[in-house]
Amino acid sequence: MIARIAFNFAQVVVVMLFAPLLAGTVNRLKEMVQSERGPSVFQPYRDIWKLFHKDEIVSEQSSWIFRFTPFVVFVTPVFVTLLIPVLTSYPLFFAFMGDMLGGGFVLALGGFFATLAAVDTGNPYGPMGASRTRLVGFLAEPVFMIVFFTVSFVAGSTIPYIVQQHWVSPIANFFEPTHVLVMLAFFMLILAEGGRIPVDNPSGHFELAMIDESKGLEYSGPGAALMMWGGEMKFFVLICIFLNVLVTPWGLARDISVHELVLAIPLVLIKVLVFALTLVAVECSLAKLRLFRIGEFLGAAFVISVVAMTTWVFAI
Amino acid sequence: MPHGTQPDSIVVQLNALAGGLFLLSTFGMVATRQVQGCMRFFILQSVFLASSAFLLGLQPLSWHLIAVAIINLINKPILIPWLLKRTVSGEVYARREITQVLNIPISLLVALGLTMGAYFFTSPLLRFAEGSSAVVNLPIGLATLLLGAFTLTVRREAVPQLLGLLSMENGAFFASIAIAPELHLFVELVIAFDVLIAVFVIGVLTRAIHEHIGTTDVGSLAVLKEESSR
Repeated sequence: MIARIAFNFAQVVVVMLFAPLLAGTVNRLKEMVQSERGPSVFQPYRDIWKLFHKDEIVSEQSSWIFRFTPFVVFVTPVFVTLLIPVLTSYPLFFAFMGDMLGGGFVLALGGFFATLAAVDTGNPYGPMGASRTRLVGFLAEPVFMIVFFTVSFVAGSTIPYIVQQHWVSPIANFFEPTHVLVMLAFFMLILAEGGRIPVDNPSGHFELAMIDESKGLEYSGPGAALMMWGGEMKFFVLICIFLNVLVTPWGLARDISVHELVLAIPLVLIKVLVFALTLVAVECSLAKLRLFRIGEFLGAAFVISVVAMTTWVFAI
Repeated sequence: MPHGTQPDSIVVQLNALAGGLFLLSTFGMVATRQVQGCMRFFILQSVFLASSAFLLGLQPLSWHLIAVAIINLINKPILIPWLLKRTVSGEVYARREITQVLNIPISLLVALGLTMGAYFFTSPLLRFAEGSSAVVNLPIGLATLLLGAFTLTVRREAVPQLLGLLSMENGAFFASIAIAPELHLFVELVIAFDVLIAVFVIGVLTRAIHEHIGTTDVGSLAVLKEESSR
């Protein structure tokens, strides 16, 4: 019991520690593909450190939501980490507190508060980015629902720890068309939710074209650090769900022992690195879509997820 | 529920996967805006068709189906694109976007409805085919056939229309390799050449249209006077 609680918190620590590293690695790899040098992979840590030591300026016109939001954005991925398999393939202490739908709701809560905070200040770019994020969000929602229902229908459970076992218990399950299509749809969903390139350009500095970035423009000092760290953690958590539940449920700790858990950390990081390479390949080979074509991108994801569901439901 | 009652072998699952990707590439053909992209999805679709024929030929070993797979692999992904490139001038490929009667999200939704319909209409037949790979191939083949017909209707450009026609043929083929695997090899060869000749004729026709009126937007050929064409 004590070990399960401790391992659960170990997962949180791993996510908190390595989420900025993932962001730095993706940035560095992207710069390298574009034949530039780019900042060090540890730059996000330095940014967070620097921001924590700066003064925070809060507008007098803003309400409590603006001050409260960085904490919500920071805490929600931590809560989701308690529910999902990051390092272990067996359920941990908090695993049955909520299922994947619950995790989705908790992550959406962070997004909700970030949107409110963007509207809260007088900055003209905040509400614009917030409304665009909502546009992407409500187009992504049906995809999320169908993917979630298909996955839980196939596995007969909504708990991610049980779902992950289904795909590999006979290895033939891994090649189910439903599995591959769900993987593809969820990958497109990650690109949309994480604000990656076909939907949003994370490294763009032009406020009028921003979707995700412009919500945090008003923050400074520790607030900005928490927003940044929280965003990186959210992306890391999404990738962990994608990799450990849907794609490759291998390389996780199998029984309750510390050295298995420690061994799982580099294995998970290798998987995340492979994902980062894929992401960089996608981001460097595609152009950002025009705003009203995002509907087509997510529409395609929706169709893929419904086809995944259809091929499962009608397969006899 | 469907699977899980008996342990499916890996070949059956791979065939199902090829079927799923086959259907997905058909959706790609419906959704892309560019002639080149449409062509790439057709090539992918044909590769998945060939791999499905190959996998079906493995399980009860049948050289016939493997030969079909090889014929398809040479004919559709290699010969047809090459022939189209030779007959239709490069200008067709240079055009960035295809005009379409419906916009992309609506046509994707219609395509989704057609797919559901295909699964719905074949489900009474599939009750008699339980356990065979027709369960995968028949509905997906029918869906691809319907989607090809849909592409043919909706697109206003000659080459994507031709690709819609070829995708109909692919769909029929995909269903037939599971239902009637012992078709004479001679027939398969004839079909392959027939398709090549159809591509050739339509390619030459497109070229003639293009030289004559400077566009391959065959959708506007329905109107007689040039002023009222758009």
